[in-house]
Amino acid sequence: MSTATIDNKPIVPEEIQSFTATIIVRRFNPEVDDEPHWQDFDVQLYPSDRVLDALHKIKWEQDGSLTFRRSCAHGVCGSDAMRINGRNRLACKTLMKDLDVTKPIYVEAIKGLPLEKDLIVDMEPFFASFREVQPFLMNSVAPPKGKERIQTVAQRARFDDTTKCILCAACTSSCPVFWTDGQYFGPAAIVNAHRFIFDSRDENAAVRLDILNDKEGVWRCRTTFNCTDACPRGIQVTQAIAEVKQAIMRGKA
Amino acid sequence: MTSTIQAPRSPHTRSTKKSGVNWEKWGWIYMRVSGVVLVVLIFGHLFVNLMIGEGVSALNFAFVAGKLTNPFWMTWDIIMLWLALIHGGNGMRTLVNDYATSRMSRGILKIAILVSVVALIVLGTLVVFTFDPCPAGAPADLVASFCKSL
Repeated sequence: MSTATIDNKPIVPEEIQSFTATIIVRRFNPEVDDEPHWQDFDVQLYPSDRVLDALHKIKWEQDGSLTFRRSCAHGVCGSDAMRINGRNRLACKTLMKDLDVTKPIYVEAIKGLPLEKDLIVDMEPFFASFREVQPFLMNSVAPPKGKERIQTVAQRARFDDTTKCILCAACTSSCPVFWTDGQYFGPAAIVNAHRFIFDSRDENAAVRLDILNDKEGVWRCRTTFNCTDACPRGIQVTQAIAEVKQAIMRGKA
Repeated sequence: MTSTIQAPRSPHTRSTKKSGVNWEKWGWIYMRVSGVVLVVLIFGHLFVNLMIGEGVSALNFAFVAGKLTNPFWMTWDIIMLWLALIHGGNGMRTLVNDYATSRMSRGILKIAILVSVVALIVLGTLVVFTFDPCPAGAPADLVASFCKSL
């Protein structure tokens, strides 16, 4: 019978090495600059750090004038969508270990919306499209007193994917059709229309289908899948747009 | 990395007029339907012309003349001609809508596309229906074998 022996060696967690990463940020100060320009920063980071942590380190330790939006910093509020190494991502959900830190990391504002300062764009055209699709429940019949509107599991699952949208604009600002003249509704507005078009409790699917059956509506989608790739919530955006096209052709959801 | 896609060139506006026929919708449906048909027509065309029998070396005036006297191939060619040219023209139109910035250049380019599509369709249709496979005085070794019996 073996006796338990005390292992004298203390358990030392493996030390995680930090490294220096180069972050190149596209800066723009409307009060000083005529044109945006790239500025690079060297930041000491851990693999578990996110791009947002790198931006914080720059802002707090190197250049307090760096301007960007972030609110919850945990991928829920959708404030910090930006273009990281040419792809639209949330800075708070992009880990340094998933990027190639041997090369500089390029960070810039999302494209296709008016640049205001550094990484901040004017989101108003984006929200204008969102408002246009009437993204709220419309039902003329009041629910039974003290009760909710009942929905089956299958009816709820029909539009589950598109309820996940956090309106970060990563999809719309990755869409080459939106870049052209900014008139296209954009993936995010169509996703949020989809959420109510396929909701069994909503009565006005036909109104939204009519709105999206526009010259600038779903027919401008070229199925490049940029939006699906950009979505930080993993929404199948292009599929949602295709389902709205099908619904318009059939004339009902 | 220095892509410079800026703010939208024109402010966000939406046309309020709703005309009866939705051309964007029917254009989109046409692209999908004609695309599927064209896959069959074009690959069938290439297979028959380039792979069956002697292959590409069989192609000459007599081969094409022989095909254009056969009602089956005349129908095949005329459908392929119309579908492909309208499909291509509509595709070019969407590209112009996406990339031409001013109303003026957009209009000019779209008219140029329309004119060339119409011209090519008219010429192609004329060839398919008025083609003479046995031109008078042509050497017998260059025309189709059935010309001798005429």
